[in-house]
Amino acid sequence: MSKDDAFFWEGAQEGRLLLRSCASCGEIAHPPLPMCPHCHGLEWGTVEASGRGTVYAWLCSKHPNQADDKGRIVVLVDLEEGVRLVSNLLDTEIDEVTAGAPVAVTFVEVDGQILPQFRMTGDSA
Amino acid sequence: MSKISDTAIVGIGQTEFSKNSGRSELQLAAEASLAAIQDAGLTPDDIDGMVTFTLDSNDELDLMRTLGMTELNWTARGPFGGGASAATIQLAAAAVASGAAKAVLVYRAFNERSGRRFGQPDPNGYTSTAAGPDFHFSYGLDTPAKIYSLWYQRYLLKYGVTNEDLGRYVVTARAHAATNPAAWYYGKPITLEDHQTSRWIVEPVLRLLDCCQESDGGVAMVVTSADRARDLAQPGVRVAAATQSHRKGGLIMFDYYREDLSEFEETRTMTERLWADSGLTQNDIDVAMIYENFSPVVFLTLEGHGFCKRGEAKDFIKDGHIGLSGSLPVNTNGGLLGEGYIHGMNNILEGVRQVRGTAANQIKDAKHVLVSASRSGMILGPL
Repeated sequence: MSKDDAFFWEGAQEGRLLLRSCASCGEIAHPPLPMCPHCHGLEWGTVEASGRGTVYAWLCSKHPNQADDKGRIVVLVDLEEGVRLVSNLLDTEIDEVTAGAPVAVTFVEVDGQILPQFRMTGDSA
Repeated sequence: MSKISDTAIVGIGQTEFSKNSGRSELQLAAEASLAAIQDAGLTPDDIDGMVTFTLDSNDELDLMRTLGMTELNWTARGPFGGGASAATIQLAAAAVASGAAKAVLVYRAFNERSGRRFGQPDPNGYTSTAAGPDFHFSYGLDTPAKIYSLWYQRYLLKYGVTNEDLGRYVVTARAHAATNPAAWYYGKPITLEDHQTSRWIVEPVLRLLDCCQESDGGVAMVVTSADRARDLAQPGVRVAAATQSHRKGGLIMFDYYREDLSEFEETRTMTERLWADSGLTQNDIDVAMIYENFSPVVFLTLEGHGFCKRGEAKDFIKDGHIGLSGSLPVNTNGGLLGEGYIHGMNNILEGVRQVRGTAANQIKDAKHVLVSASRSGMILGPL
């Protein structure tokens, strides 16, 4: 966590998926940046994302040397707002993940931190 | 005004590549450096510049003291880890071409297996969770294999590349290592079945045998002017071109935020510059040394350089083009999977040997070698 992304984690604590948007031109920057790369503005606001998106890529994260590690699925999610997030996909198996699968955000405590994570919604893309 | 192509690599040196060197990283750096300087027919007092990685633990002045050098006038370090391994030669060559230094020592040495292992999760590594959550580590991206696989998966998906396709590169690399006495896997070729039965490290992308080694060792080179190279001990190897490319929207390792993850955009743009600077093209390249921390990199890099079209590297490899008798032998030393992982720098040494004509797996009449690390690269050729 840094000065530039604290808002994201504070939003997660409240169950909100916040993205940084430039106060001047509206450009959304993720991961967040201290200066808008589009108009060079230094004033930022936030927009609350809908939490809906689609799966772009995925893998199963296990410890390289611990065969009994159950692992977790890491995904790239393309949000409706045109931003890509790294996150986890819950309640599914690696074989069941498909490109473009629709997903929705959920907020889960992991190691004492609230993380935005995702579940497949089963809707058609 | 002189240019990068007015410079040459005149000396190479290395330690053995092992899993437990039994000595300090500084000693590995010093042994490799002295070997490179002596290979060139120079003495440590002839060196006035040094280049290494930002990630290297060996301080320039410690190495200078160890080698007994009198004065240093140029230092530079390249960021981006292995992705900029080839950039070390650009930094050294630029110093020589500009007159900032007369002879630059390039070194990289570590105990990356017996010391801090790059392949293991490191709670204090990429980011410290003590500072709170972050966008990558907190989600389980805690090793390079996982971090990189998240973009490779998109490439595999888009072009229908299977893990078996990846295995065909690994079998080739291990065949090259098997006949290279300096390789850790000397005398140990594998079959495609060996590859396919090795355990998943990152499902559904990488099996164990898709991953480069963790190695202990050091390598070094000396760069000076092409004019001076003619008077030195070894046949000089010209740096015909050396450059880097880093593009808008790109990141190192966590390179997830650009629109299309199924190509190495930087490799494509770097290649345009390499051809323009050298006056050469794909058809002039006799050997390609390609940085591969993991097997998919070879596929994406071959396509980025234009040796085959996007998505066709799997067929290029399957058809035997990258073997020792193929149209474009790749990683003739066994690469980072087969020879050892000295952060890509051992691939540059192999490129020098191929141009000199002294490689263990020498390609007949090899004249121009492309050494590529995805976003930094060089072309080596005769003086």
